[in-house]
Amino acid sequence: MLEITTAHYLVLSFLLFATGLVGILIRRSMIIVLMSIELVLNSVNLNFIAFSYQLSNLTGQIFAIFTIAVAAGEAAVGLGILVALYRLRHTTELDHASELKG
Amino acid sequence: MEFLTTHGAALLFYLFAFLALVSAVMVVSLRNPMYSAFSLLVTFLSMAALFVLRHAEFLAVVQVFVYGGGIMVLFLFVIMLVNLHRLREITRFVEHAPLAVMSILLLVALVGYVFLSVAFGPALVSPAEFVTVEGEVVGNSQAIAWQLYREYLLPFEIASVFLLVAMIGAVVLGRET
Repeated sequence: MLEITTAHYLVLSFLLFATGLVGILIRRSMIIVLMSIELVLNSVNLNFIAFSYQLSNLTGQIFAIFTIAVAAGEAAVGLGILVALYRLRHTTELDHASELKG
Repeated sequence: MEFLTTHGAALLFYLFAFLALVSAVMVVSLRNPMYSAFSLLVTFLSMAALFVLRHAEFLAVVQVFVYGGGIMVLFLFVIMLVNLHRLREITRFVEHAPLAVMSILLLVALVGYVFLSVAFGPALVSPAEFVTVEGEVVGNSQAIAWQLYREYLLPFEIASVFLLVAMIGAVVLGRET
């Protein structure tokens, strides 16, 4: 119980991933959806690092650096889209951006 | 005291795992986006601590800089820019929220069962791998830099081009039309 294994990290990272997924699915506000995406990406990083430790291989840590870079770019573009949506609709709720719904 | 020194790492893991989970749930459930943003900051900082516990010191620092610094400032700035006068949403959640939560809980149960039934065994080699370059003990940052600039130079350059493209895209999107 008091020996922290890779399984502990996997379970924690999956719980964080599921929390982020729930946030993406159930919230109306686009800002919170973007935060939930950050949560999901970060939990994947936790997995990379746990396996990097398990296999004693630095590649996992290096891949996590690239994930962080992609997350930063995604946040910048996502928030840019949010500002553009706000200019267009004067709201940040995703229900008001449903033209493609058919 | 002896208990603390023997099991200190495990206790820290549980403490920061608890903090990260509670603040993650707060991110998706709180009404005020500003509070959500600060809960997200707590999650990021706890995860940086968890990185340190897995001998990823350089990544922990990068996590604090990029997430705790850069991304958090972006979020706070945008919240203050667009959302200040409508902090009170009428309903926070979409109509199918209970269905979504139930299916994710089912997913958690299934995947959790798989994770807990797989035995990973102990870690393969000592964590000294993370701080050595060609047999010489350096730091985690230097070990990562060594690998990054030798084995992964092309992906590294592509990442820099990607960041430039993202920056231009964000500027174009945020421009007054």
